[in-house]
Amino acid sequence: MSQNLPALLVVVPLLLAPLAALSGRAKIAWGIATAACWWTLYAAISLLLRVQESGVIRYSLGGWEPPYGIEYRIDLASAFVALIVAAIGAVTIPYAGTSIAKEVSEDRAPLFYTAWILMLAGLLGIAITGDVFNVFVFLEISSLSAYSMIALGQDRRALTSTFQYLIMGSVGATFIVIGIGLMYVMTGTLNMVDLAERLPMVESNRTIPVAFTFLTVGITLKLALFPLHLWLPNAYTYAPSAVTAFMASTSTKVSVYLLLRFFFTIFGEVFSFEQMRLNMVLMPLALIAILAISLVAIYEVNVKRMLAFSSVAQIGYMVLGISFGTVLGVTAGIIHLFNHALMKGALFMAMGCVMYRIGSVQLDKMAGLGKAMPWTMAAFVGAGLSLIGVPLTVGFVSKWYLVQAALAEGQWFVAGVVMVGSLMALIYIWKVVEVAYFQEPDPDHEIIEAPLSMLIPTWVLVIASFWFGIDATTTATVATQAAETLLGAMP
Amino acid sequence: MTSLPPFALFFVGALVVAFTRGTVRKALVLAIPLVGGLSLWFGTGAEVSASGAQVLLQIDLLGYTLTPYRADKLSLLFGYLFHIAAFLGFLYALHLGDGTPDGSVAADVGEDDIVGNETAGLQHVSAMLYAGSALGAVFAGDLITLFVFWELLAITSVFLIWARGSDKSYATGFRYLIIHVVSGVLLLSGALMLAHQTGSIAFDAIGLEGNGPAGWILLIAFGIKAGFPLAHNWITEAYPESTPTGTVFLSAFTTKVAVYALARGFAGAEPLIIIGTAMTFFPIFYAVLENDLRRVLGYSMVNQIGFMVAGIGIGTGMAVNGAVAHAFADVIFKGLLFMSMGAVMTMTGRTKGTDLGGLYKTMPITATLCIFGAAAISAFPLFSAFVTKSMIMVAAIEEHHYIAWLFMLFASAGVLEHAGIKIPFFSFFAHDSGIRTKEPPRNMLFAMTIGAVLCVLIGMFPSQLYALLPMEMDYHPYDTRHVVTQLQLLCFGALGFITLMKTGVYPDEKRAVHIDAEVVYRKLGPWVVNTVGGAVGRADAYVRASVMEFVRSALDAADRSHGRMGPLARSWPSGSMVLWVAILLAAYLLFYL
Repeated sequence: MSQNLPALLVVVPLLLAPLAALSGRAKIAWGIATAACWWTLYAAISLLLRVQESGVIRYSLGGWEPPYGIEYRIDLASAFVALIVAAIGAVTIPYAGTSIAKEVSEDRAPLFYTAWILMLAGLLGIAITGDVFNVFVFLEISSLSAYSMIALGQDRRALTSTFQYLIMGSVGATFIVIGIGLMYVMTGTLNMVDLAERLPMVESNRTIPVAFTFLTVGITLKLALFPLHLWLPNAYTYAPSAVTAFMASTSTKVSVYLLLRFFFTIFGEVFSFEQMRLNMVLMPLALIAILAISLVAIYEVNVKRMLAFSSVAQIGYMVLGISFGTVLGVTAGIIHLFNHALMKGALFMAMGCVMYRIGSVQLDKMAGLGKAMPWTMAAFVGAGLSLIGVPLTVGFVSKWYLVQAALAEGQWFVAGVVMVGSLMALIYIWKVVEVAYFQEPDPDHEIIEAPLSMLIPTWVLVIASFWFGIDATTTATVATQAAETLLGAMP
Repeated sequence: MTSLPPFALFFVGALVVAFTRGTVRKALVLAIPLVGGLSLWFGTGAEVSASGAQVLLQIDLLGYTLTPYRADKLSLLFGYLFHIAAFLGFLYALHLGDGTPDGSVAADVGEDDIVGNETAGLQHVSAMLYAGSALGAVFAGDLITLFVFWELLAITSVFLIWARGSDKSYATGFRYLIIHVVSGVLLLSGALMLAHQTGSIAFDAIGLEGNGPAGWILLIAFGIKAGFPLAHNWITEAYPESTPTGTVFLSAFTTKVAVYALARGFAGAEPLIIIGTAMTFFPIFYAVLENDLRRVLGYSMVNQIGFMVAGIGIGTGMAVNGAVAHAFADVIFKGLLFMSMGAVMTMTGRTKGTDLGGLYKTMPITATLCIFGAAAISAFPLFSAFVTKSMIMVAAIEEHHYIAWLFMLFASAGVLEHAGIKIPFFSFFAHDSGIRTKEPPRNMLFAMTIGAVLCVLIGMFPSQLYALLPMEMDYHPYDTRHVVTQLQLLCFGALGFITLMKTGVYPDEKRAVHIDAEVVYRKLGPWVVNTVGGAVGRADAYVRASVMEFVRSALDAADRSHGRMGPLARSWPSGSMVLWVAILLAAYLLFYL
């Protein structure tokens, strides 16, 4: 079995998905989804360990040798991203069991869990495949299932948000497939390793920069880099709580991985950064995202929407790290990718708990929640400290590496922006703290603490965000190695 | 070797204090600083005096070596000081939670819980954490550890302000928090830049030369906490808003940690002489005009720190010794003055000069102890400031900083006026306000007595304190010239005061705010206060108004673009989103091709 683990990582959830759809009962479908999530976590951990031990895993699907067949190619970066996706999936699924029972009707729940499993499979597939067309296929699988899950949100605005996300997501995917098509025309291959070898031969042709452009726009749209983030706030706000937590911690992260894969592995750092000057595009947009969108978050009064805007700003940090094009910068980006998954997952889950109990996440409805829901709000504050970047949290580790990367390039201004961004995060987190802890609760409503099945997963992420903040060696080592692999030549 | 850093006892203690009540809690809050102080004296203190500076605890984190416990003579001096201050503060606050003191007329002013009985537990716990953070900061051997405690100082102390429970104290506390968090962020930024340049995060002498912006950023970070001009307002705003007992803690730790940081990092940095002199000088005008006596003490705090900052800027062994010795003395005499005003506030609910007066009839012991503090701050011979501040003044002369010396001399006379005479005079003498109360609870009197005794002991036996100072020096405060100069300054001040009283030139409080300038510096006369004070006030108001105007317009602009209905925040139609995609595609293509 271990021989076929790369394929099984994706195939098992793909097979379980129809079973969940056929089960007809929410509980059973949830059980199947849980099994899928825990299986992928196990598989992802074993894959990461194996990659660390013996280097890149290459697996030819169906025994068809590349470049004719599809190849799964797992290096440290893929395994790390796959682990993040699988881990977040495994933590959020117990949470989803309770919150979805309240938010999605019984007859639709099996379909919901089917979509959940498919999205998981799609995201994992993107992370481990070595074939660019296969990337597109998995991207569509994960996106389509994401649309359907968001559409199941309680608020009617979920439908319009989904529709907008559908349009934007499809535009993005189309751009990516156009880029892939142009590359295929020029090189005659879809295999990433082959592409990396053959592209330099045809670089002078104008088609390649055009392909590069389409891919840039398509991928930055998928990862919601300013100003192509417009689909994200509403989609995150109106989706069911568990979906928001799952998506916020995984789908944009996988898009960041795509950015790394396309621009470092396939086009190569030299072409992307020296010839196409990708940093001139990414860095300003990332800086604007950090400053302008953090400011928007400060003014927002719907906490889920505030966190969604905050995500756009945080994506700015990841892209900022990558835009340096150095090992240190890419390391910072990958570390923040992992750390942000932990903290934003925890924050959205805490807000899901609030939503579960009081049916709203508007600031004015949250007065005095610090007393009524102490564990939920404590989790929010704990993860919020990470978002601000307080020492001993993962947020501090991220900012530390990012500032180091900026200073290594002599970019004092950029380091300053990172600091200012932290201050702005302090303000918007504080707004929630102030309302929840310093205002008197409405005496008419009796509010009780969220159920344990939701609190425990939330706290797992909060504790993880402190754990990896205090001992950052594991993440730092893996991220540094992954960055070195990405920036080094393809073996 | 490794050992447990002093802050650990306080942090663990705070946890225990949080879960205890009544007598047990009282015993604990007194025992913790006592035990901590003794173990520091006999443990680390003995080691350092035997074999010099010690690194007692190191941790590896993120590829850097953190040093949470490093002790040398400088940090030990502040360590002892903070243990004494914490002990006095807790003794002074011991009655919290026991209800309104007997004989109190505080309820007359409409504020029911002026003592802070309801928040007693919160105050004890946060004061314990606060004292621990201060200890952590002075024993931090690297800038990252310093940063952590720097922020903890702010976060733990703000509860002492919020404990008052009024809306005003909440707003003040929040502003206080913002200012200190900004200072912390600057400290971290400076530390990172410095680490990048030098590859080391150790906290030793930093200096402004050759460090580029890093040195300046760190100086500003320290300066905000030390109350540099234009950054001093948190002191005068926050101290009067805290509870009577909370202010005593606040006055002891935060600014002194900053003085410590400056002394270690920036001894001999020339700009500090100018900054320090300005700090001694300008607050006296505000102090003269101010009516709230605890705020007067806040200005007085800025003024005293000015002497320390100037001493650090002069940078010779004697000057730095003078600065840290003065910090030591200041914590005790300023604490004593804040305690006496806190006692008045506890018993009467009032701290405004115009509301008080004649209290010596019912609070004679408090009045006497307050006069001890006033004598100490005014640097009377045989009192503490006489033996500490003089080192700074002598060093200024020796290093030929004559202008700074003159300004500081003027400021010293200002101290006599606003702290030495104004504080005791308006609260305990002046016109009889008709308030009849009692002496404050016994624990408050004890704490003040110990403070007064320490003021006198330091003044009479300075060699004990001198032995603890970090630098080598040979200085004797009691020589003829110094004693005579100081007595002249003080006697002519007193003479002028009496003359004015007799001739009736000094009739009521409103005029009385000018006594210092009239008495001590006749030629400068009252117009100094009015013109200079007024000009400073106007310039200050103008700067403040324009800054506020700028902030407001920036906020408006931000609200227009980023506010909930602004273009960046509202939900966009799908068409516009796709338009953006097209625009970006076109832009990229143009850029790439």
